[in-house]
Amino acid sequence: MGMQNRDQYEIVVGLEIHAQLATESKIYAADANLYGNEPNTNVSVITLAHPGTMPKLNKKVMEYAIKMGLACQSNITRLNIFCRKNYFYPDSPKGFQLTQDKTPICVGGKIDINTPTRGEIGIRLNRIHIEEDAGKSIHQANEKDTLIDLNRAGVPLIEIVTEPDIRSSEEAAAVVTEVRKIVRFLGICDGNMEEGSLRCDANVSIMPRGSDRFGNKVELKNMNSIRNVKNAIDHEVDRQIQLVESGEKIISETRTYNPNTGESQGMRTKEELNDYRYFPEPDLSPVEVKEEWLEQIRKDMPVLPAELKVKYMEEYQLPEYDASFLSETRAISDFFNELCQLTTNYKAASNWMMGPVKSWLNEQGADMATFPLTATRMAELISLINDGKVNFTIASQQLFKAMIAEPETSAEKLAKKLKLTVQKDSGFLEEVVDEILKSNPDKVKAYHNGKKNLIGMFMGELMKETKGKADPKTAKETILKKLEQHK
Amino acid sequence: MKIDKDTLHKLAHLARLELREEDGPGMMKDLEEILTWVEQLNEIDTEGVEPITNMSFETNVFRSDEVKNQLPHDSALKNAPKKDEGFFRVPKFLD
Repeated sequence: MGMQNRDQYEIVVGLEIHAQLATESKIYAADANLYGNEPNTNVSVITLAHPGTMPKLNKKVMEYAIKMGLACQSNITRLNIFCRKNYFYPDSPKGFQLTQDKTPICVGGKIDINTPTRGEIGIRLNRIHIEEDAGKSIHQANEKDTLIDLNRAGVPLIEIVTEPDIRSSEEAAAVVTEVRKIVRFLGICDGNMEEGSLRCDANVSIMPRGSDRFGNKVELKNMNSIRNVKNAIDHEVDRQIQLVESGEKIISETRTYNPNTGESQGMRTKEELNDYRYFPEPDLSPVEVKEEWLEQIRKDMPVLPAELKVKYMEEYQLPEYDASFLSETRAISDFFNELCQLTTNYKAASNWMMGPVKSWLNEQGADMATFPLTATRMAELISLINDGKVNFTIASQQLFKAMIAEPETSAEKLAKKLKLTVQKDSGFLEEVVDEILKSNPDKVKAYHNGKKNLIGMFMGELMKETKGKADPKTAKETILKKLEQHK
Repeated sequence: MKIDKDTLHKLAHLARLELREEDGPGMMKDLEEILTWVEQLNEIDTEGVEPITNMSFETNVFRSDEVKNQLPHDSALKNAPKKDEGFFRVPKFLD
C-alpha cells in the first residue's frame, strides 16, 4: 500500500490504560499484592470466591485513585457505588468483576502532551474507575488443560479511559508515557509494562480527512511496551486503510497484537458487547468522599512533573532540556529539589545531575533511588568548585568517584586527603613555572617577540605539571610575572 | 413478561448452562412466572426515590492496607476438581 494514501485518512484513537495500584494488599481482600510469587500463594477465601465470603474495600485504593484524578484535574465523584460486571471466565472465580460503572471515582480531566504537529494539547479523559484485576490463564501447547494462577485476581486497578482525541500513534505513545510518569510520580503504580503493571488497550479507527464521522473502531489488546503501542496502532491503521481501499468493511472487533511478528489477530467479534448485565454490588457499602478526606489527600500530593518543569525554568532559570530531565522521575526531582535547598547555583546543580550523576547511573545500570551520595555531599562538591578550591575537571573525574566510594566523608576532607585541591600557593607555582620556562627558551623568546598567545601553551604545560590543580587565575598571574623575569 | 425461545437460549449461553431441548418449555414457563411476579414492583411509584444499593445504609466501610488471612497454598487448591502442585487446571480455552 502506498504511503500517500495514509495522508487521505485521519486516525482516531482512544486509550484504555490499566494501572495496577502499588498497595500492599489486594482491593477487596487482604491477600498480598505481589508480582512473581509461586502460583496460587497470594490467595484467600474471598479471592477464590468461596461461598459466604464478602469483599471489604482497601481504603488506600480509593486514595490512590483519587490522587490520579487530582493529578489529571478530574472531578472526584462524591458518592461511589460499586458494580458487578458479569462474565464467566476461569480467571475470575466469582463469575463477575467487581468494578465501577455509573459512578467512576474520577470524571473528566486531561493528560497533557507535547506533539510535533499540534503543539501542547490536552487529551481529555472520559473517566478513571476502580476495579479488580483477573487471575492469569496459562495456555501451553503441550498441555490439554489451561493452568490458572489466581495471585493476580483481586489486585487493584485503575482504568484510565481517554476520549477519542488522539490523532496519531506518536500521540498515543506520548499519552502512555505521560500516564506512566504521573503514576510513578504519585507512587501509586510502578509503571512496569513488561510485568503488566501498566497495560494499554487502544480503540483505533480511521476516517477520510476532514470528516467528523468516526469509522468502525477496532480494539487492540496486548501491548506491553510503549514502542508496541505505537507499532500496533501503525499496523492497525495500515490494515484498516488497506481494507477500505479495497472496498471492504472494517468489522468492530478485538484484535491482539503480536510484537514478535508485528501482526494482529482477531479475537472475537463484539456482538454481545452489552451483555455484562451490570448491577450494583450489594456486598460493598457505598463510599462517600467527604471534603476533609479529599483535602487530606490533596495535602499528600507531590508536586507533579509539569509543575516542576515550569518551576525549574522560571524560578531556577534552567533551559527546557534541563527542566525536562530533572522532572522525569520523582527520585531525580526529589534529589534535585533537596540539592537546590543547599545551593543557589542551580545551573551547576543541574549540570552535575545531567552529567556525572546520570553517567554514573547509566554505567552502573542503577537508578537515582540507589544513588549513594546525599544532596549534602553534592552541595559540598558544588561549593568546592564555586570557591575555586577544586576545579571542575578534577572534581568530575576524580573527586566525584572517590566520594561515591567513600560517601560518609565530606567533599573537602576527601579532596584534601587525595591532594586534589587547587594550588593557590604561588611559591609552589613559581617553581613549576620556572621549570617550564627554562625548558622552553625558544618559546619564551617567541613570546617576547610578540607571539603573546603562547601564554595558552604555558598555561597548558602548567596544568599538566600540576595535574589540573592550579588555580587558573593565580597560574596566569604567575606565568606573566615569571615571563617578565625571563626576558 | 413473555419469554421466547431465543431469549431463553441467550440467557442459557450467558450463564454457560446447557439446556436439554425437552426442558425448554418448562423453563420458559417458570421464567415467565418469576418475571410476572417480580413485575408487580413496577406498580409502585418510585418517582423521586433514590435507588438503594446496600441494605446496611453504612458508608465508608474500609479495610486498612495490610496483608493477612491468606490461605496456605495446599488449602487453596484442596477442593479443586483438577489441579497440579501449583495450578488450578481447567479445560483448555482460548480467546
